[in-house]
Amino acid sequence: MKGLPAHWRLLPQRYNLIGSYCKNCSGRFFPQRSICPDCRRTGSMEEFKFSGKGEIYSYTVIRAPPQGFDYQVPYVIAIVKMDEGPFITTQIVDCNPEDVEIGKRVETVFRKVIADGESGIIRYGYKFRLTD
Amino acid sequence: MSSRVGIIGVGMTKFGELWDRGYRDLIVDAGAMAIKDAGIEGDQIEGIYVGSMSPGLFAEQEHVSALVADYSGLRGIPASRVEAACASGGVALREAYLAIKSGEMDIVVAGGVEKMTDIPTGSAAVALMGAGDQELEAFKGVTFPSLYALMARRHMVEYGTTIEQISQVAVKSHNNASLNENAQYPFRVTLEQVMNSTLIADPLRILHCSGITDGAATVILASEEKAEELNNDPVWIRSSSLATDSIALHDRKSFSRMDAAILAARKAYKGAGIKPEDIDFAELHDCFSIAEILAIEAMGFCEFGEGGKITEDGETELNGRIPINTSGGLKGRGHPVGATGIAQAIEAVLQIRGDAGKRQVKGARTGLIQNVGGSGATCVVHILSGEKE
Ligand SMILES: [Zn+2]
Repeated sequence: MKGLPAHWRLLPQRYNLIGSYCKNCSGRFFPQRSICPDCRRTGSMEEFKFSGKGEIYSYTVIRAPPQGFDYQVPYVIAIVKMDEGPFITTQIVDCNPEDVEIGKRVETVFRKVIADGESGIIRYGYKFRLTD
Repeated sequence: MSSRVGIIGVGMTKFGELWDRGYRDLIVDAGAMAIKDAGIEGDQIEGIYVGSMSPGLFAEQEHVSALVADYSGLRGIPASRVEAACASGGVALREAYLAIKSGEMDIVVAGGVEKMTDIPTGSAAVALMGAGDQELEAFKGVTFPSLYALMARRHMVEYGTTIEQISQVAVKSHNNASLNENAQYPFRVTLEQVMNSTLIADPLRILHCSGITDGAATVILASEEKAEELNNDPVWIRSSSLATDSIALHDRKSFSRMDAAILAARKAYKGAGIKPEDIDFAELHDCFSIAEILAIEAMGFCEFGEGGKITEDGETELNGRIPINTSGGLKGRGHPVGATGIAQAIEAVLQIRGDAGKRQVKGARTGLIQNVGGSGATCVVHILSGEKE
């Protein structure tokens, strides 16, 4: 189990969908990167907050969960195409798995993700829900 | 660049749940068989590359390079561990090839090993998920089957690929595995069994997924000069290529094709000076059935989107136009992750030597092997042939 700093330093991306905008090529990336993967410039990246809106691009329903996610089964994992361009992998919550379809609109919600056992750190972060 | 490189010896353990063999036993067993097969003595070996994905998590042992040299009776020689998730074996093979190409060494061992069944299945799944993006995928509750399910869904939507076609990959692989005495699952399954097996991550079911496996595989490589000196008639490594892509699936240009595999294949064909039509058989990375369809297309054995159709039409069967995974593949032979890339090379050597027994492809002279790390962030391709050029 990781200590507190391992989680604390990721709060901007987990809580606020902070990524990067490249001043050189106008590319947008999530999460933050220091080197632009498209134009390879350094020093051209600025903080960028994503709107948290987008649409379902692909999805699956997890029936055999990893450790710590057992109580959520079945749950939907999707790749969402965000309105600003990049894709993001996320849970889709507050719906029946049968309601999820490619192309449906979604928005971000702030949720508990996983707890490190009974007395460990509770980790929070982004999930998405349907808005259609 | 110096001389050509050939494979002069091969050896592998049975793949499966091998409760009586530990990590070091497995790789030593496979190594001893390969040395015997090559007809050399241990002191002729100049270097070792061992592919292993996660011995630290699977077997609580790191620093396996020195361990392998020690227990192989080869203390003193240079040994390195190579890690590229499920492509660790294929990349170890490439490192051994490059060591000879560089002119630095003449006889080099490339091994692969994983001991996965000593820990609970849940812990093994956590170790395997290390091949993905820990923060952006695993932290969200993503599993490896679910990443391939996301790809399968896009392939189905974009090309009309059916779950029957995806399931036929597993049926075909098990048919071949039933002819392989080293396979973990040497039995046939029906299309109905695959399609009615337990759902893991829609649309993928348990019989679309490779299992948890123990096993090791070793090949011995030699320069052309050394092979001649040893009077050995090797299987030649005609080309070796490696390509990478984003670690997270969602950062790829497409989810319905595997770009690293396409890039590696293109370089491998160019290096060998041949085309997909010149390949007689291939061992492809079918960790999940959809992965074989993506690989068939990436290797150029059909048009994009046709991988499911040619599988359904029987073109990839043992006696088909382009036999795929004659060994049973990762699904049927088993997938001890670090060993898989080397086991693929061994199947190619057996086919080219004409030693593949009941699963022999008639007239097999040139084969392609393709090994993938993670959901496609690493792809390594080798072309092996009985012909020098
Ligand atoms: Zn840029």
